[in-house]
Amino acid sequence: MSNKKVITSQSKNKQGNWWLISAVISLTVLPLIFVKGDFEGADTEAQKLITEIQPNYKPWIKPIIEPASSEIASLLFASQAAFGAGVIGYIIGFYKGKNNH
Amino acid sequence: MNTRLKNRICLGLMASFSCLIIISSPNPAYAMHIAEGFLPMSWAVFWWLLTIPFLVFGFKSLSHVTQKNPELKLLLALSGAFGFVLSALKIPSVTGSCSHPTGTGLGAILFGPSVMSVLGSLVLLFQAVLLAHGGLTTLGANIFSMAIVGPWVAFVIYSIMVSCGKQKLGIFFGATLGNLATYVVTSIQLAIVFPAVEGGVMASFIKFGGIFAITQIPLAISEGFLTVLVWNWLQSYAINELQTLKLLKIQEG
Repeated sequence: MSNKKVITSQSKNKQGNWWLISAVISLTVLPLIFVKGDFEGADTEAQKLITEIQPNYKPWIKPIIEPASSEIASLLFASQAAFGAGVIGYIIGFYKGKNNH
Repeated sequence: MNTRLKNRICLGLMASFSCLIIISSPNPAYAMHIAEGFLPMSWAVFWWLLTIPFLVFGFKSLSHVTQKNPELKLLLALSGAFGFVLSALKIPSVTGSCSHPTGTGLGAILFGPSVMSVLGSLVLLFQAVLLAHGGLTTLGANIFSMAIVGPWVAFVIYSIMVSCGKQKLGIFFGATLGNLATYVVTSIQLAIVFPAVEGGVMASFIKFGGIFAITQIPLAISEGFLTVLVWNWLQSYAINELQTLKLLKIQEG
């Protein structure tokens, strides 16, 4: 199991970063392969669970802006991730460059 | 690290993965933030009121950090960006549904939980306003779970494990359990408002918690790994900054 090495390789030059990345990827991919499900992570399903418990409950307010479609929503989520990843990459790169001089 | 500990960790991981496989059910479940309008007004106000003091304190410690050590602003941005990325990634889980990590553990470990309360709130605000993910009325409750309880749990667990000399393990477990705690609190918040007809709040909590927590476990582990990954980078390239934060006083054991 790769996780063993993740935690144990702690020497400075070999921190086991590749093991960390592959562990994360396998944790993501394995459920897709081995678990049957529709993977429809939508907030509406969580709301269904609530209406199951209290069938009379009606949300008393609606979101101000709702993404026009799931495509737009995925665009916004992708932008969020891209922006964050860009900032992380910039900062790590900045530190690495500073460190080399 | 000695072999006995190594074996124990390996055993623990195997045991937890086995548990996951056994308890994972094919029923889809969706562990996310509480959607707009799904908390009655009284509860929405209650969570907002509970959240505000933490945010005020958070803003104060944030400005304290930036005034005292302006060179740490980059690390601050990194912590916020980490939360931004992770909370945008909806990841499939063993329950056959998707959820997303919180990314609040890193900032809580670097800057303390109060600072992370502010950064986490910004992420939640962005998602509530632009993505209709979560909501403005439920923002107080969502801030409480993701930007207050999560970072505090991460911080406390990290601090305990650091005092035992296990810094990197502390980062992993801090981030992982902080993530899990977030969704446990979400389950409690929903259970209080929507008690089951039979069994009341407790039955409802078990129902919500069972679904939410199980979906979240692999994601929490992933978040732990990713937090350690970023920590490794910082340790390699930003030693001075970590020393300013007094995070490198403990040598790896």
